[in-house]
Amino acid sequence: MRPIIRVENLTHTYGVNTPFCRSAVKDVSMEIYEGEFLGIIGHTGSGKSTLIQHLNGLLQPTGGKIYLGDRDIWADPKKIRDVRFQVGLVFQYPEYQLFEETVYKDVSFGPKNMGLDGKEIDRRVRSALQFVGLGEDMLEKSPFDLSGGQKRRVAIAGVIAMEPKVLILDEPSAGLDPAGRRSLLENIREYHRKKGTTVVMVSHSMDEVAENVDRIVVLANAGIVMSGTPHEVFSHAQELMDVGLNVPQVTQVAMELKRRGVDIDPAVYTVADLRRALNDLRGGRA
Amino acid sequence: MLKDITLGQFFPGNTLAHRLDPRTKIILVVLYIAALFCAKYFVSYALVALVLVISVKVSGVHPKALVKGLRPIVFIICFTAILNLLYTPGEELVSFWIFTITKEGVLQAFFMVLRFTMLIMGTFLLTYTTSPISLTDGLESLLNPLKKIHVPVHELAMIMSIALRFIPTLIEETDKIMSAQKARGADFESGNLLQKAKALVPILVPLFISAFRRADELAVAMECRCYHGGGGRTKLHVLRYEARDYLVLAGFAAMLAAVLVLGHFGL
Amino acid sequence: MSDIVRTENLTFAYPAEEGQTPVNALDGVSVAIREGSFVVILGHNGSGKSTLAKHMNAVLLPGGGKVYVDGMDTSDESLLLEIRRRVGMVFQNPDNQIVANVVEEDVAFGPENLGVPTEEIRRRVDGALKAVGMEEFTLHAPHHLSGGQKQRVAIAGVIAMEPKCIVMDESTAMLDPLGRREVLDTVRRLNREKGVTIVLITHHMDEAALADRVVVMDNGRVVMDGAPREILPQMAELRALGLDAPPTVELLHGLKEDGFGVPLDALDIQECAEAICRAL
Repeated sequence: MRPIIRVENLTHTYGVNTPFCRSAVKDVSMEIYEGEFLGIIGHTGSGKSTLIQHLNGLLQPTGGKIYLGDRDIWADPKKIRDVRFQVGLVFQYPEYQLFEETVYKDVSFGPKNMGLDGKEIDRRVRSALQFVGLGEDMLEKSPFDLSGGQKRRVAIAGVIAMEPKVLILDEPSAGLDPAGRRSLLENIREYHRKKGTTVVMVSHSMDEVAENVDRIVVLANAGIVMSGTPHEVFSHAQELMDVGLNVPQVTQVAMELKRRGVDIDPAVYTVADLRRALNDLRGGRA
Repeated sequence: MLKDITLGQFFPGNTLAHRLDPRTKIILVVLYIAALFCAKYFVSYALVALVLVISVKVSGVHPKALVKGLRPIVFIICFTAILNLLYTPGEELVSFWIFTITKEGVLQAFFMVLRFTMLIMGTFLLTYTTSPISLTDGLESLLNPLKKIHVPVHELAMIMSIALRFIPTLIEETDKIMSAQKARGADFESGNLLQKAKALVPILVPLFISAFRRADELAVAMECRCYHGGGGRTKLHVLRYEARDYLVLAGFAAMLAAVLVLGHFGL
Repeated sequence: MSDIVRTENLTFAYPAEEGQTPVNALDGVSVAIREGSFVVILGHNGSGKSTLAKHMNAVLLPGGGKVYVDGMDTSDESLLLEIRRRVGMVFQNPDNQIVANVVEEDVAFGPENLGVPTEEIRRRVDGALKAVGMEEFTLHAPHHLSGGQKQRVAIAGVIAMEPKCIVMDESTAMLDPLGRREVLDTVRRLNREKGVTIVLITHHMDEAALADRVVVMDNGRVVMDGAPREILPQMAELRALGLDAPPTVELLHGLKEDGFGVPLDALDIQECAEAICRAL
């Protein structure tokens, strides 16, 4: 697979020359591949927010380089806006950035800034709202009259409408109730499947990441401590717990079973997989 | 970038400057400002500057933090300095086109800059070493006599302390909203004045909505903690003048007196 | 033991917009919270759980029915301060409930309002900060703390009023897993060691497993009420209410379907593994 974003020795230090000086990201190198669904995990303060704000050029590295395709995104600082259109970033609690009178106008803010014509904007707005599961009846409503979950969807649509090559979502499900979380994640999976573009999801919920992504990057203490498929990552469960992260509950059950002498792969991470493994085990025995 | 504004920020510590009664510190700042405005010439300024330097030393505040506080008003300072430089009549030094620079003008501009800088530094030192709550406590206590003429002193103090409490939160929030809109391609830098003003709408609307929401929630939270105005309230920190307060006050009063005397002799 | 909070046929409707009929956010809720217990109230967003919480210390007053706090009727305005002193409330957004710029001054806010003498405030502030494990941060500025730490300061601010009960109105919803654990450990300890009644409003199912009792709300009504062991295994019912069963329950359900002889009410990891081992 071809990398679409390449991060090379990225370092970001906040507050140089103040008593609050600290490196939020230190010497991080990673690649994001075209078309993949990547999960980034780490707890608050691990550097994940700082890292993703570099991927679309909101922050400028204090050391290292970011490449989008083959281009260093800071090669021409005047063109940094183009990078932001290609790498769409949805912040945590994005509903707090809504400002327009209608849902339609708010979602079209991004495409308008891109300088697209009215017809294209219209197409994009409608298509984006469809991806986040909002109907046409929402278009003329004020975003402030919607429920919390709907506002979140409008805000996500506002970034999807720019049709970015890479969509980054920071804790998209934070604060939603289980049903809301389930259906939003379903929408995001659907978007990834239909569009085939790259999706990066930042989360601190292991269960959520485990169920959705192709590959995981684990951040702790301003650096990458691990990366690989969920199976690879969760086979290092103990190391994850050592940096203060959880592993999915299913993995914890499997580890516990292993500890009790059951012959099972402790790195399973979905209910279905563990169920299958246990059935196989019984079948083999019977 | 907004995070760099240190206005109203408090650096906790346990120095003499931190331990002084806030009322003392407010009076000190008043005395200090009075001295600054009464200072006429080098000797007086040197005396006031010396007091400032000693105060900064005692407070343990890094001088850089004070200099940083000046940044937002550098423009105003320079502007007034230039006006003073160009428009003060007196003994001519140089003259070009329609401008004349006089000896008095140079001195005036120099003292102007000095006065402004020292004024800002002194007041910043107060906010750096006094927690906003004890600052408002101090003000409330100093202004207490005004309650007799029905000035809502407690309420005003509460408003001020809450405003101070939320400055860092709202600055952070503004930063976040700006980033979020930039991520959607918002452009705050280019365009003419009108376009720039229009570009602020996507920041201001969410910011206001959020500020109102916060105010609402904070009000409920305060009521839940039995807040019901100033009546019958007690304090964790009761203000009490100690020997050190009297000593420092006396010192500053002496400084002001000295400046007045020096001024009399034109120094 | 007596009830610290009791609602009787409580109804409440938020004022509706023009031209619309008001919908009851609470529709005949009768619950009693026993003193010293740890109760979790679950429900999807809009189920009425937060509205119920806000009745427990008279932030909202009943539209119909009654709420009694430690025997006092919340609609009696003269009892307001006493009611709020007995039942403290911690909210969702840690930033919007911290009043002061220094941790200790914030914790002192409640006792100051109650007119507690100065030396006593000092004792309470130190005690409360210790009880939530934040004593090192006494002189810190709250906006430099993490979310979990801010919530613990908020809890300390409530404890300093020496309440009998703390209502946590979705106080863990905005926290990351570490912060949530900090807050949950803190309230559990307060419940066990000091006997403070805890009412925790949440939609995190794993938090429900910690409680003595789980109350599930939907459409302004109480639809399930019982021990976690009775409620959490009801996977289909919880799903229908917009909630999730914990993954362990889901696993056990699946295994049971496959013919394993496992119980459904094993809630934690150890128990779940133990049950599976026995069935293999």
